Amino acid sequence: MSTHSSRTAGRLMVSPSVIVLFIWMVVPLAITIFFSFRFYRLLSPGRERWVGFDNYAWFLNSPDFWVAILNTLLLVIGVLIITVVFGILIALLIDQPVWGQGILRILVISPFFVMPPVAASIWENLFMHPQNGLLAAASRGLGQEPILYLEAYPMASIIFIVSWEWLPFATLILLTALQSMSSEQLEAAEMDGASAFNRFRFMTLPHLKRAITVVVLIQTIFLLGIFGEIFTTTQGGPGSASTTLPYMIYKQALIAKDVGRAAAGGIIAVILANIVAIGLMRAIGKNIDA
Amino acid sequence: MTRPLRALLGATAVCAFAAAAIAQTTITVATVNNGDMIRMQGLMDDFYAKNPDIKVEWVTLEENVLRQNVTTDIATGGGQYDVMTIGTYEVPIWGKQNWLVSLNDLPADYDAGDILPAIAGGLTVDGNLLAAPFYGESSMVMYRKDLMEKAGMAMPDAPTWADIEKAAAAMTDKDAGIYGVCLRGKAGWGENMAFLTAMSNSFGARWFDENWVAQFDQPEWKATLDFYLNLMTNYGPPGASGNGFNENLTLFNQGKCGMWIDATVAASFVTGKDSTVADSVGFALAPDNGLGKRGNWLWAWSLAIPSSSKKQDAAKAFINWATNKDYLALVASKEGWANVPPGTRTSLYSNAEYAKVPFAKMTIDSINSADPTNPTVKPVPYVGVQFVAIPEFAGIATSVGELFSAALAGQMTADEALAKAQTLTADEMKAAGYN
Repeated sequence: MSTHSSRTAGRLMVSPSVIVLFIWMVVPLAITIFFSFRFYRLLSPGRERWVGFDNYAWFLNSPDFWVAILNTLLLVIGVLIITVVFGILIALLIDQPVWGQGILRILVISPFFVMPPVAASIWENLFMHPQNGLLAAASRGLGQEPILYLEAYPMASIIFIVSWEWLPFATLILLTALQSMSSEQLEAAEMDGASAFNRFRFMTLPHLKRAITVVVLIQTIFLLGIFGEIFTTTQGGPGSASTTLPYMIYKQALIAKDVGRAAAGGIIAVILANIVAIGLMRAIGKNIDA
Repeated sequence: MTRPLRALLGATAVCAFAAAAIAQTTITVATVNNGDMIRMQGLMDDFYAKNPDIKVEWVTLEENVLRQNVTTDIATGGGQYDVMTIGTYEVPIWGKQNWLVSLNDLPADYDAGDILPAIAGGLTVDGNLLAAPFYGESSMVMYRKDLMEKAGMAMPDAPTWADIEKAAAAMTDKDAGIYGVCLRGKAGWGENMAFLTAMSNSFGARWFDENWVAQFDQPEWKATLDFYLNLMTNYGPPGASGNGFNENLTLFNQGKCGMWIDATVAASFVTGKDSTVADSVGFALAPDNGLGKRGNWLWAWSLAIPSSSKKQDAAKAFINWATNKDYLALVASKEGWANVPPGTRTSLYSNAEYAKVPFAKMTIDSINSADPTNPTVKPVPYVGVQFVAIPEFAGIATSVGELFSAALAGQMTADEALAKAQTLTADEMKAAGYN
C-alpha cells in the first residue's frame, strides 16, 4: 500500500547503505583498473608510466595464461560435480535414522572446519607424500610403486583436496533440504508402487533443485578464488600444470612485485568471474525464484 | 582542595607519565622465524639491561611472507619497521634506490673489519655497509659416512661432480628406500634456482653475458641441467620436483638420502636431536668441475635500517647489540658454541672452542670459496652467486625454476625447458629495458 511519497522516503532511507556499498565496490575496482594500465614495479621506482594495454597483452600472450584459465575452470567444474553428486548421496545416507546419527553428522561435516592450508598440508604430507604418505605405504603394501599424486596428477589431486573440503558444505545444505521433505508424500508414492529410483528421480531431486542451485552458486564464488591449497601443495607446478588464475596473479604481485601486471590479471579474473556468474544465473538462477 | 586545583594536579600527573613514555623509544623489528632469530628474542633481557631506554617490538614472519611484507613496506614508503631482516639479494637492489641507512658509523667496538670479507662484500654498496650480517651461510655436501663406508668409498674433502655421481650410484638402494642424492626440485628463485644457479657456476655457465643477454641457449647450461636431471632421475627420490629445503631436510633426517647438497646451516639440524642419522653425517665442500668455481652459494640474513625510519639511533643500537661479537659470546655462554649464529665473523672461526663444532671448518671454507662480486667462470655484469641482484630476478627465476621443475617431473625435456627459459628471460629483460 505504498504511496508515491512513502516510496521516495524509502529510497532515501536505504540510500546511505547503497552508496556505502557502491563505494566499497567501486573504489578498489577503479584503483585496480588504474594500475592495470601502468608500468608499476615496486622494486623499480621512478619508472612508473602509462603503458596502455601492455599488461593485458602480457597476460594474454603468456603461455601459462590459457593453461591457468583452463585449470581454473577445471577446478570449479570438477569440484562442483564431485561435491553435488556425493553431497546428495551422503545427505541421503545420513538422513536415514541410524544409531549415533548426531555424532555421525558432526564427523561428516567436520572437514569444512579445517583451514584450507592445513587441510592441503595434511593431504600433501600425511597421505600423498611419496615416501612418508599413507597412500604410498598402501601402494607399497600391495607391491606397487607409490603413485606421485602431486607430481603426476597435480590438478586432479588439488581438485580432490578441495572437494574433500567442500563436500561437507554441500552435504549440509542438501541435508537440510532433505529434512524439509514431507515423508507422507514419499510413503504415499511408495504405496502407489513407485520404485526407489523413481521416488528419487521424480520427488527427491526436484525437491532438492533449489538447494543444489544455492550450493552451485555459493561454491562457484569461492572456488574461482582458490589459492591456499595450491600455494601449500604444488606451488602451481610442476611447471604450470596446476597454475590457476589467482595463483598467476599472486606470482606477479608478490614474487615479481609487478603491480601493473597483477592488476591487469585481477581485472581479467573479474571479467572471467562475471562471465561464469552470468552463465550460471542464466542456466540455473531461475530456480531460486521458483 | 578546590576542584580546579585538583584537576590541574591530575593533568600534571598525566603529563609526567607522558614524558616518561616519550623518553623510551620503541622500535619495530621485522625478522624471519629461523631458529637463530627466535633464540635472539629469548636473550633480549641482556639488550634491555644495556639499553633501558629502548623497547623492541617484534614482527616475526615466515621467510616468504617477511620478504613480501618488508619489500612492500619499503617500496611504498610505509615506514612500519625500524629494523628489517633482509638477505644478500635485497641489499644491493635496495641500496641502489637509497632505501637503506649506511651502517659505517656503528661504534668502534662493532669492529666491522672482523666481518668475513665474502659476506661484507655482498652487503656493501659504494663503500657503505648497508646491512649488518646476523648469520651467514653457504652450501656444502652433507653425506652419510656409514653408507659410503658400506659402499667401500671415501668422500674427498673437495669432491668433483663426477665423484658425486659415483657416490650417488654406489649408495642408492631403492628397495631399502635409500636414494643416493637429494637435491632441491621445488620451483622458486630461492628454492631450486638457488641450487641450480650455484651449480651452473661450477659448470662455467652464467645467467647473462656482459651485455645482459640471456645465456640459457649456451652449452654450459645444457650440461648443468642434463647432469642434474640425470643425477636426480637415476639416484634421487621419487617426487623430487616438490622437494625444497624443508622436504629434503626431513628425508635426510629420516635416513633416506645418501647425500644432500644444501645450506650450511642445515649441518646443525642433521647432527641435532631430530635426526636419526646424527652420528654418521660427514661434510664436504660443494662439488666443482675443475673450472675454478665451486657449486656453493652465499647468503646472509642481515639487519638493515630503512631510510624512512625516524628512530635510526635506537635502531643502530639494537643492530650493534645483535650482530656484535659480544652477542656471539652471550649465546655461547647460555646455549653452547654449536648454537652461535654462524658465518659472520673471522674471530669466531679463530676461536678454539668454536673449532670443536664438527661443521665449523667446512662452513667457513665454503663461505670463503664463494665470491658474490665475481661469481662465475666467464665475466658477468651482476653481483650474486645463486642469484642476480637485479629487481627482475625473483620473478624471472621463479618462472625459469618452474620450467626446470617441470623437466624434473618429466613433463618436458631439458632442451624444451632451456629453450623456453631463454625466450622468457630474453622477453622479460627486454620489457625491463636492459636490451
